Amino acid sequence: MNALAARRRHPAAIALLLVLGLALVGAAYSLFAPKPAQAAATAVSADAINEGRQLFLSNCASCHGLSAEGTKSGPTLIGVGAASVDFQVGTGRMPLSAPNVQAPRGERVMYDEKQIAAMAAYVASLAPGPAIPDEKVSSGEGGDAALGGELFRVNCAMCHNVSGAGGALTRGKYAPPVQGVEGKYIVEAMLTGPQSMPVFDDKNINEEGKASIVNYLKTFESQPNVGGMNLGNLGPVSEGLFIWIFGLALMIGTAFWLGQKAA
Amino acid sequence: MSTAASARAADLRAGDAKAAPLGAPKTAAGKVAVWADERTGIAKGASVMLKKVFPDHWSFMLGEVAMYSMIICLLTGVFLTFWFVPSMGEVAYQGSYLPLKGITMSEAYSSTLAISFDVRGGLLIRQIHHWAALMFVVSLSVHMFRVFFTGAFRKPREINWVIGTILSMLALIEGFAGYSLPDDLLSGTGIRAAEGFMRSIPIVGSWVSYIVFGGAFPGEAIIPRLYSVHILLLPAILVGLFAAHLILVMVHKHTQYPGPGRTENNVVGFPLMPVYTAKAGGFFFLVFGLLTLISALVTINPIWAYGPYDPSPVTAGSQPDWYMGFADGALRLLPGALEFEIFGFTLSLNVFLGAILLIPVMYTITGAYPFIERWVTGDNREHHLLDRPRNAPTRTALGVAAITAYIILFLAAGNDIMAIRLQMSINDITEALRVLFFVAPVLAFWVTKRICLSLQRHDRDTVLHGRESGTLVRTAEGKYYEVHEDLDPYTRWKLVSFESPAPIAIGSGKDANGVSSKAAKKERRRAKLSRFYFKDRVEPVTPAELAAAHHHGEHEAIEAPSAAPQAVKRAKQD
Ligand code: HEC
Ligand code: HEC
Ligand code: HEM
Repeated sequence: MNALAARRRHPAAIALLLVLGLALVGAAYSLFAPKPAQAAATAVSADAINEGRQLFLSNCASCHGLSAEGTKSGPTLIGVGAASVDFQVGTGRMPLSAPNVQAPRGERVMYDEKQIAAMAAYVASLAPGPAIPDEKVSSGEGGDAALGGELFRVNCAMCHNVSGAGGALTRGKYAPPVQGVEGKYIVEAMLTGPQSMPVFDDKNINEEGKASIVNYLKTFESQPNVGGMNLGNLGPVSEGLFIWIFGLALMIGTAFWLGQKAA
Repeated sequence: MSTAASARAADLRAGDAKAAPLGAPKTAAGKVAVWADERTGIAKGASVMLKKVFPDHWSFMLGEVAMYSMIICLLTGVFLTFWFVPSMGEVAYQGSYLPLKGITMSEAYSSTLAISFDVRGGLLIRQIHHWAALMFVVSLSVHMFRVFFTGAFRKPREINWVIGTILSMLALIEGFAGYSLPDDLLSGTGIRAAEGFMRSIPIVGSWVSYIVFGGAFPGEAIIPRLYSVHILLLPAILVGLFAAHLILVMVHKHTQYPGPGRTENNVVGFPLMPVYTAKAGGFFFLVFGLLTLISALVTINPIWAYGPYDPSPVTAGSQPDWYMGFADGALRLLPGALEFEIFGFTLSLNVFLGAILLIPVMYTITGAYPFIERWVTGDNREHHLLDRPRNAPTRTALGVAAITAYIILFLAAGNDIMAIRLQMSINDITEALRVLFFVAPVLAFWVTKRICLSLQRHDRDTVLHGRESGTLVRTAEGKYYEVHEDLDPYTRWKLVSFESPAPIAIGSGKDANGVSSKAAKKERRRAKLSRFYFKDRVEPVTPAELAAAHHHGEHEAIEAPSAAPQAVKRAKQD
């Protein structure tokens, strides 16, 4: 204890504190980082459509209108398809909690799988639209990671960043990170093009292509961080900050320490 | 007579007769040393070198960090050349990184993947190379700051300042060339941008681009060319300039911070051998070790995540390495309105100013600074004692203003990342930074200067009235006062031994006959600048003032006012 107190003002203490601080922040982040929500497609029945209508009326109609025709505070849902509802509600974007430039991914999902499926069935019953994708596509199993990588770099990287870390769009809008997003939602996002994201229908990227993209993203995620901590995959800016703050502190700390050593 | 004279001469020379020849060396090292000396005469030079004295201060080690980082780059770079293939020829990737299997890519990219995944220790060396490159530029910049803020660039060291400036600029280019070699999506985007920059040069732009790329972009030539530049041309120039830099440090001797016993004519510190060499050698290994540690723990430039370069995709968050960030930021800030058509040609000043002109202009100003300051102050003396930054308020404030402008540009390069992390609009951030680029440096200048001046005033107070001891004394009448402890002469010397030049008087700008002459105008300009520099100033405490403050009789060594600082100093040296 005494030794600790004596060293408290030691120049190396600053460096040590920095290391500790960084490690703590990293650990805290990995604890609190959002985990993908769990959901699975379920069968549709007339009962479900009815239940969905009830849920819709009580939770969504205030913004989307009593028959989903749309209001000032929400677009029409006629023809958006089950995929759109499953994506929006399943990722916690809907019901929208507060008007914003863009509906953010929700901290938690408000409904269980059955309720989401019911609402999706209701919206799908209004007019045809993209359906919830097959397990075959959304699991990405039939796809080819390398092909998916190319498709991703060509079609998605300009908004979502090559490593899927996300990126800024104009006027406060942004493309969220796609790392850690469940396969089903990746495919649904492509099918429905939420908000500023374009729609990638099957003419654009076919089912095999979509499965490949999912496969690529999953393979990429499962690769170990061979090089060590990845600094959020944010590229050179975070590397620059790291070397300025951490690298420089380390070097100056060492220089200081060496200077203190009696010659 | 001749005998007498020669006898006397012999007498006189008796004292400095040649030392008896040393016996044959006994140790192996001694034998090698003698062998080498007999053939090269190295001992004489070495003994001069080894007797050099270096002052000790942590801020003097920043240049060393830069030197070691460069050496580490050289060492690891040689390792990388064993496996790197500088070719844009296309191959289908067959290495062990699955997500890219079978993809067509350049040999440069595939060989960098091989270094990362299939060469033992390759990734570590790549990461050391890159982290050391970043550390090189960081430490070099901070070293420059140190030299600037302490006025170490003054006569006779101006040339070394210019060399340092060139080194710093070349380091950026060297880094950019290296960063571009792996031919991944990110660096390829960087080359693409560079090509755009070249084209923005008025009139000759397209030709320049054709010559550099050996045809239309991307062509096959750019990677091999950058490779020669990166491993041959620039390292040779860097090492050469660096050697010159060091030799000049030896010739000028190191500067030192003001302090008792330290004068313009001496250097107080440790001799090169053995103390400083041991410390410096130890420091090299520490720097190497720390960089290796960082490289083992933290990824840098994960090119496998970026994929091979292909002109069609662009990625969000594509940035150059940080040291090029400010130029990228300038591009992001320059308004598109600067692009216009003239005589049927498009003039892209919005690109040209930021991408092509900024770096040379910035470095020219930096390199010219010592000469500008010398012209303003008219100070032609040699300076081996450093200024404390507060004692040169205007210079310090100018430096901080320049750094502020640089930081704004750098932040602008991360406007997208700021937008996403802070959940703000990228457009607002850009607008704000445009304004800040002009406002913030002025503000920084003003604030810094005020801080310097008030620190100087504080120093004055401390010298005159001593240091607040924190001890309150109650007098017999019930009054309280705080005991001020007298400064010890060492500390006081540090606080009073500086110069505070007064501005040059402004002339009328006209010569004796009332005719405005060119020379007189120039003088007038100079006087104006001098006013800008030295109008606000705090003078060091004079011995007379000190004596007056000490009128209660506890004054020591101070007799004749004019000789006093020296007296204080001499007292200390004894
Ligand atoms: C506070 C108002 C509000 C509530 C409540 C709300 N939404 Fe929305 N919803 C919006 C807005 C606004 C948008 C458009 C988002 C955008 O494009 O930025 C939207 C978009 C959607 C979309 C995407 C439409 C498309 O074009 O693809 C779906 C699907 C959706 N909402 C479903 C629901 C469901 C289901 C509920 C009830 C659980 C719900 N919303 C509740 C405001 C609301
Ligand atoms: C024009 C830019 C743009 C492009 C191109 C784009 N996206 Fe998006 N993407 C967005 C935006 C904006 C959102 C956010 C929508 C929202 O919050 O509702 C988004 C959301 C997503 C999500 C949901 C992430 C989450 O947090 O739940 C996924 C998955 C996704 N995109 C995948 C893709 C894929 C795969 C591609 C390529 C085929 C792609 N995107 C192309 C802009 C884009
Ligand atoms: C002081 C100077 C140097 C700096 C600042 C520097 C910087 C860089 C950078 C930033 C990279 C990109 C690394 C990456 O892939 O992430 C690089 C690559 C490379 N450098 Fe250097 N370098 C320097 C000196 C050298 C020298 C002297 C050599 C050779 C003798 C060399 C050989 C290479 C090679 C072969 C590559 C490509 C391999 C690869 O990217 O992994 N470098 N350099």
